[in-house]
Amino acid sequence: MLEFQSISKVYNPGTVHETLLFQDFSLSIEDHSFVTVVGSNGSGKTSMLNILCGTIPVESGHILIGGQDITKMKEFKRYRRMGRVYQDPAKGTCPTMTILENLSMADNKGKPYGLTRGTNKARIQEYKDMLAPLGLGLEDKLGIPVGNLSGGQRQTLALLMATMTPIDFLILDEHTAALDPKTAEIVMELTNKIVQEKKLTTLMVTHNLRHAVEYGDRLLMMHQGQIVLDKDGEEKKNTKVDDLLSIFNSISIECGN
Amino acid sequence: MILGILEQGLIYGILALGLLITYRILDFPDLTVDSSFPLGAAVSAVLTLNGMHPALTLLCGMLAGALAGLITGFIHVKCKVRDLLSGIITMTALYSINLRIAGKANVPIFGTDTLFRNEFTRALPAWISDYSTVLLILLITLAAKLLLDLFLKTKAGYLLRAAGDNASVVTTLAKDQGSVKIVGLMIANALVALAGAVMCQQQRFFDISMGTGTMVIGLASVIIGTNLFKTFSFMKSTTMAIIGSILYKGCVSLAISLGLEATDMKLITAVLFLLILVAGQAKRKKVRIHA
Repeated sequence: MLEFQSISKVYNPGTVHETLLFQDFSLSIEDHSFVTVVGSNGSGKTSMLNILCGTIPVESGHILIGGQDITKMKEFKRYRRMGRVYQDPAKGTCPTMTILENLSMADNKGKPYGLTRGTNKARIQEYKDMLAPLGLGLEDKLGIPVGNLSGGQRQTLALLMATMTPIDFLILDEHTAALDPKTAEIVMELTNKIVQEKKLTTLMVTHNLRHAVEYGDRLLMMHQGQIVLDKDGEEKKNTKVDDLLSIFNSISIECGN
Repeated sequence: MILGILEQGLIYGILALGLLITYRILDFPDLTVDSSFPLGAAVSAVLTLNGMHPALTLLCGMLAGALAGLITGFIHVKCKVRDLLSGIITMTALYSINLRIAGKANVPIFGTDTLFRNEFTRALPAWISDYSTVLLILLITLAAKLLLDLFLKTKAGYLLRAAGDNASVVTTLAKDQGSVKIVGLMIANALVALAGAVMCQQQRFFDISMGTGTMVIGLASVIIGTNLFKTFSFMKSTTMAIIGSILYKGCVSLAISLGLEATDMKLITAVLFLLILVAGQAKRKKVRIHA
């Protein structure tokens, strides 16, 4: 169980730009559930992920994982159990390092990074077997710096790197938004496959309403720091893209847009 | 003269290896080096005068350099001071520390055995004794280079490269990017201090001003080397930095031999560096037009 308990978050406190994003925000997510999150810009989706990962602090409230309070835990320590893929394909990989070096580094997550050889040659075949089914030709490019790859190739690699080692949570922050439609589908399919295989508790923020409807077993819509829609089970299955769109529109009208 | 260029170029090559870590790998403009270079020299000079074996003084110099890097890293990471300022703070503080270690602004070690002039080198036949210094420096530089190459291929080395390349990857790998940066700064400044210690043994004195311009010399070496040999993908960046250092020293010597005074050295150093930077930019522009 992952819990946000009465979180409050203020941006630029004490200045004229002070904005209250979350006030008494609470949310619980069951283990092994795949939650998709939609909402307009500034609704707090990404802030929620950043609070969960410890990228930004909160004013008050608690974040609990399996009952353990992680509110004060440093960001890097939280990633021991989490994987994260960002919107920007450049953010999840190291551009001047080769595909092999990137994979080797990710493969070692959770173990000490000492003075032993960085790449385990015995694992190379496994990396190739992992890359080959993607059909991107990455398996033949292990020695190429990641900076030379396309956005889609980099994002696929970032997703693999984030989920290579045993983790419990997968945090996806609009991870298909910067990709062309075809690549976005490939990455989304791969995401779903990994989530199902590894039974990861997943939080996926997306602007693609179809992805939000088609994937996952629970759907949240956020607006002005609040959850305005929460559907799971059969209810979620019966939700259509058009339903979401009409709610979106009605919210926008309320705001005077 | 060529022998002198090689000797000094190789010593500054060790320095360039340090700058390769901070400037190229970590993308950290570390001004600590202007003081950790003379720090290594001061430690080496004083310990040599006190009877320690010269080779051991090099190791002690490196340790002192690592400590300087630790301080800069601590100021930057834990006190959250900007990278450039952290280096300047340590550099300024070390000036006094260096004077304290050395006792005065200039410490000659002419009277004692050094790494390059001792019973062993004096016993060498004449045909080789001229070259014993440069050969020994070559050995030290190569050892430093090979060790750094090996380190960059370890897991810790991967993490160091990742920290400069894309620090958020280090964080998502559940490692503290701050600690990785600090380790990088320690290794870099240990190498710079080693260069200072070797320089002190070679010229047989410590001088408080010997560090001025260290950053510029190191950067120039790294930039010359990596720009010149960019297309040679088989060549390691450590090799490029060392060759760059020798070439740079050659250019400075050439400028002096063309009629400039030895006191103009720092001026030449700076102007040459500017020329290299501008030339590098012009070359990049050309490439962009072609592309």
